[in-house]
Amino acid sequence: MHQLIISAAAEGDVNPLVPNGWEMLVVFVGFAILFFIVVKFVVPMFEKTFAERAEAIEGGIAKAEKAQAEASAALEEYKQQLTDARTEANRIREEARAEGAQILADLKEKAAAESARITAQAHAQIESERQAAVVSLRSEVGTLATTLAGRIVGESLDDDARAARVVDRFLADLESQNAGAAK
Amino acid sequence: MHLPAILPWGAAEGFSKQMLLVLLSVVFIAVFFVLAARKQQLVPGKLQFAGEAAYGFVRNGIAKDIIGGRDFIKYVPLLFSLFFFILVNNIYGAIPVFQLPTFSHVGGAYVLAGLVYVTWIAIGVKKNGLRYFKLATVPSGVPWYILPIVIPIEIISNFVVRPVTHSLRLFATMLAGHLIVMIAGSGIEYLIMQENVLLKGTSILVLAGAIAMYMLEALIMVLQAYVFTLLTAIYIEGALHADSH
Repeated sequence: MHQLIISAAAEGDVNPLVPNGWEMLVVFVGFAILFFIVVKFVVPMFEKTFAERAEAIEGGIAKAEKAQAEASAALEEYKQQLTDARTEANRIREEARAEGAQILADLKEKAAAESARITAQAHAQIESERQAAVVSLRSEVGTLATTLAGRIVGESLDDDARAARVVDRFLADLESQNAGAAK
Repeated sequence: MHLPAILPWGAAEGFSKQMLLVLLSVVFIAVFFVLAARKQQLVPGKLQFAGEAAYGFVRNGIAKDIIGGRDFIKYVPLLFSLFFFILVNNIYGAIPVFQLPTFSHVGGAYVLAGLVYVTWIAIGVKKNGLRYFKLATVPSGVPWYILPIVIPIEIISNFVVRPVTHSLRLFATMLAGHLIVMIAGSGIEYLIMQENVLLKGTSILVLAGAIAMYMLEALIMVLQAYVFTLLTAIYIEGALHADSH
């Protein structure tokens, strides 16, 4: 290989700063072809891929954010519904309690009325039975007493008018005595 | 330093190895990236992932970081083509069969630097009109009595020296690296040919040095592709925002 260098040095007058025109042309044409291919194909394809990738990533992020927002909205809605349902339940419970109390009061009132009615009826019945007893007693006691007294005293007391007067006077005395005792 | 031409074989002029490698690099880059980008899957496969990582390095690591704004995407194709075109053509120098960084021939570097030069001046004029040349050469906030010194310096550094350094930086690093590896190879060959055993043994040291230089050269090949593209992005950014510089 040193022969090569020696031979190159032997040429002597070759200045490395002086270009070969054909080489310049080849580099120019080669670079122009490469530049054309790069402008026409390589850069557009890479840029398209980059843009699509960026879009895919950003689209994914946007989608995730949207899903997040929807989820929080749904959560908010459920919370709201839960609160509403609790309020509703409380209201229904309160109403039921009030209604129950109302029904109880009504029943009590009805029972009281019923008992009052029964009491009054009983009083009336007792009164009427007492009246009937008094009437029947009055006649029967009179008859019995008269019969008894007649038997004891004899026929003299058979006169009805007189007997009735005696009995009435006797009963009036009894009643006034009773009234005095009741006072 | 002319390598033999391929057609006609061995002639000084003609279709050389360098030209073949340049055209091959176009095929490699185009095929790789078209294959990688073609599927356009949202979840990339291995090839698509590699292509996207490489593309994203230039797009985000250079174009977006340096130029920024909303319209950096317009300049991505140029930066992307430059970076991988130079990268592959440099890496040739580290691959055994190819073994020639094509930008060690200065012509290619002139062409690319020239393209970039025309591009950023065109961008500056389109953005700012002819006022661009004033913005690029008359720095604001400088006292008027320094301007006669500053303006020529700015003109020389921006419009004359810039394309020269831009191209020669790439060319010189590639040529130097290529020469160093070649000289190390020749040195090893020469030492092994010697009768003296000690001199033969010394070739091992040279080999170790050559491997180290080879690694360094591989690093510089990648680095120079990055530097060239980064400077292009900086020039374009400067042209776009000339009024704020």
